Amino acid sequence: MRAPGPGEIKVGEVLLAVEDVSLAFGGVKAIADVSFDIRKGEIRAIIGPNGAGKTSMLNVINGFYQPQQGSITFKGATRDKMRPYEAARGGIARTFQNVALFRGMTALDNIMAGRTLKMHRNFFWQLLRFGPAMAEEITHRRRAEEIIDFLEINHIRRVQVGRLPYGLQKRVELGRALAMEPDLLLLDEPMAGMNLEEKEDMSRFILDVNNHYGTTIALIEHDMGVVMDLSDRVVVLDYGRKIADGTPDAVKRDPAVIDAYLGVAH
Amino acid sequence: MLYRESGQYKTSYAADMAVFPILLDRIGIAVILAVAFVLIPLAGNDFLINAVMIPFLIFSLAAIGLNLLTGYTGLLSLGTGGFMGVGAYACYKLTAAFPGVNILFLVIASGAFSAAVGVVFGLPSLRIKGFYLAVATLAAQFFLQWCFSRVPWLFNYSVSGAIEVPLRTVFGVPVTGPTATATTRYFAVLCIVVAMTWIASNLVHGRIGRMWMSVRDMDIAAELIGIRLLRTKLTAFAVSSFYCGVAGALLVFLWYGGAEPDVFDINQSFQVLFMVVIGGLGSLIGSFMGAALIFVLPIVMRSLPPLLGLPITAATAEHLTFMIVGALIVLFLVVEPAGLARLWQIGKQKLRVWPFPY
Amino acid sequence: MDLLYKIFLDPFVQMGTAPDLLVQTLWEGLVGGVLYALIALGFVLIFKASGVFNFAQGIMVVFAALTLVGLHELGIPAFLALALTVLVMLALAFAVERLVLRPLVNQPDIILFMATIGLTYFLIGFGELTFGGNPKVMIASELYLPKGAIDLKILGGFVSLQKIDIAAAIIASIMVTGLGIFFQRTRIGRALRAVADSHKAALSVGISLEQIWVIVWFAAGIVALATGIMWGARSDVSFGLQIIALKALPVLILGGFTSIPGAIVGGMIIGVGEKIGEFYWGPLLGGGIESWLAYVIALGFLLVRPQGLFGEKIIERI
Repeated sequence: MRAPGPGEIKVGEVLLAVEDVSLAFGGVKAIADVSFDIRKGEIRAIIGPNGAGKTSMLNVINGFYQPQQGSITFKGATRDKMRPYEAARGGIARTFQNVALFRGMTALDNIMAGRTLKMHRNFFWQLLRFGPAMAEEITHRRRAEEIIDFLEINHIRRVQVGRLPYGLQKRVELGRALAMEPDLLLLDEPMAGMNLEEKEDMSRFILDVNNHYGTTIALIEHDMGVVMDLSDRVVVLDYGRKIADGTPDAVKRDPAVIDAYLGVAH
Repeated sequence: MLYRESGQYKTSYAADMAVFPILLDRIGIAVILAVAFVLIPLAGNDFLINAVMIPFLIFSLAAIGLNLLTGYTGLLSLGTGGFMGVGAYACYKLTAAFPGVNILFLVIASGAFSAAVGVVFGLPSLRIKGFYLAVATLAAQFFLQWCFSRVPWLFNYSVSGAIEVPLRTVFGVPVTGPTATATTRYFAVLCIVVAMTWIASNLVHGRIGRMWMSVRDMDIAAELIGIRLLRTKLTAFAVSSFYCGVAGALLVFLWYGGAEPDVFDINQSFQVLFMVVIGGLGSLIGSFMGAALIFVLPIVMRSLPPLLGLPITAATAEHLTFMIVGALIVLFLVVEPAGLARLWQIGKQKLRVWPFPY
Repeated sequence: MDLLYKIFLDPFVQMGTAPDLLVQTLWEGLVGGVLYALIALGFVLIFKASGVFNFAQGIMVVFAALTLVGLHELGIPAFLALALTVLVMLALAFAVERLVLRPLVNQPDIILFMATIGLTYFLIGFGELTFGGNPKVMIASELYLPKGAIDLKILGGFVSLQKIDIAAAIIASIMVTGLGIFFQRTRIGRALRAVADSHKAALSVGISLEQIWVIVWFAAGIVALATGIMWGARSDVSFGLQIIALKALPVLILGGFTSIPGAIVGGMIIGVGEKIGEFYWGPLLGGGIESWLAYVIALGFLLVRPQGLFGEKIIERI
């Protein structure tokens, strides 16, 4: 991990903060006045019962949904709406609950697609392919192969992702997100539908990404064991509101959290 | 056993990313090019070259154009005929204005006009998706077709509305017009089509192709990894219309020798769409295969019955062709939506493991 | 300056000075709109119930009309020929379900759409082969459809309303009302709407997709037959109709792909807009703008409201 440059956010400082964000679809309020922050270098878990607004929260951070109210501060810059392109360019990458891979392409192509923002050779070189465009392809192919090695998906790099089993698809999706070399990685239920071994693998990858690349991670997860083991801090949502925020141990013991999960009316 | 890649190790990414990594494929392409450049001009008769090879190449080019837009980027377009027409009429006006300029250069230049028109009619694609976009392309088709018959400036105010191609030479050899031989025209078309196919291949194998396919497969996710949707879609429209425009110019200048406004009608759009669907959406080789099938089929339908002694009129043969094409579309969509190209790939796969079953 | 006058002032002046012409043009537009709406209705039926965009609706109109006239030419009395044509449309529905829809169940919409394009070409070839390509005359009088016109002396001039057009409007209204009730109130109607939403989900609650599709394609076939009769009675029955049927697409864009009242309103707007545009502004541009005006109108609407006037806004969830 290299030292941060001048003006850059240092490890431990706030990388992203959402303030008083509210989001509604028609009459349904998905998020109501939620504020929390994510510090650089940490693994932040967002948990809560189903329908709590967790995925919507990630969508807001990503720029996919625009909140009616509130602001998002990312890398020191505050804005009331994020656009998908700004988020991607700013260094936010994401995986999805229902694997949003490009099904017509191979695993390798999907990961190379993640490198798009970093490829600059203009249209006319692309027409020729040999020369600067090819050199750029090879450079980025190397980076993609590093990610493929890291995620242990060498054997399926040329397989069309639509044909892959669910667990491998999730891994390829993680690879595509990593290809963007993000500062903030948003993972939406990365362990969903996995068996114990797959979960252990995925946990290992997440920890490695955080340690090795220094990537800040925000993840939504239902498996409490994973949340407790992996995360540095946890924020709990219920019915669109924040009901707890702190270390895993503190949150685990919080009576409001226990009530929410047990379905006690409140 | 015959068609193997074992023993052919790739020691560099460049080698691995080659378009034809397998040696036998490379030999195959060399053979095809040899046949195209050498064998056919030498051995083929005028009918073969004029009635089969030249239009086959031209329509393959149009099919590649549409394939880039519909097969690779997922934007259904019913305006192919119109865009081809823009290229043809642009070329006509250009050569009337600059009679001394090399006609082949003007054919390529007219593609640029087509590209510009394509971008204009592609602008709605930011807001509109799927079928609705297809209707926008229909607007383009009908409007452009109307222009070809109602804007007299386009056809130099001729009374009939038809245009005739003037004599143009390249290095002293007549390339267009009544005196141009079939072989000359064939070479001109062949060179242009081969070059443009190579360029298309470069595009789809690199960054641009990946961006297009990302937009096709899931445009929301494409946006979230930083792809700018409008720019990518407009690039697709531009490149696709460029190819269709050049194909249109070639059609009029190096094959028909003239044109009436009805040449670039909606049926032309459908014809190219059928080529793309049957050949394989998202496959350059498929564009050639689809063009071959759709184009050769009517010829076969017309020549086969007399050979077999069946008394079928030309009109009946045409009706039967319509029926067969329609049925083929449905059949392919049911059996192999990825078209002839996929069948070809499956065949190659079988060759790889032959004589073993898998 | 002169140009601005021509575009923004002159046409309205013309409308004012010859109001009977204006009413006549409006009437022609409405009538054309009714026929577009009928074709669009067939589209809506099939789309609402199966999610398939049936490109072949136009050729089905031609095919139904040709079958009717063809059977009559063989000497079969008019109403018997009508009944037989209904059976033919039923057979067509069965054939389409068995050969096209069933093998393609669960495929993405664009594949099904292209399959209907293939179906269109097949029916064009088959129709031309069986009936010949010459335009035919609709057996309007044999079906007791009214002939002649009602001439109104109003607004200082003449307005002529063809009786067949009035009949077409009445028949269209009856069909639309009937279909609307069918969809909203009956059990089968509900099943049709379920299938439109999701094939898989409908299957899992035990709805027989095959039955539903046959029903709905048959219904669309009946609508096509009615449209063919009406349209054929006004002008000839020919394959040119198939291209005109493409005009239903702008109608659908305005009215939404799943709304029956939308098809009617959309049809009216397009029909009237087209006729008024052609009559008053067409000469400025050299005439013939009817061929594309409808599409451009639709395009304009789409840019403002991508889901059409009556369509439902789809919220994409990811």
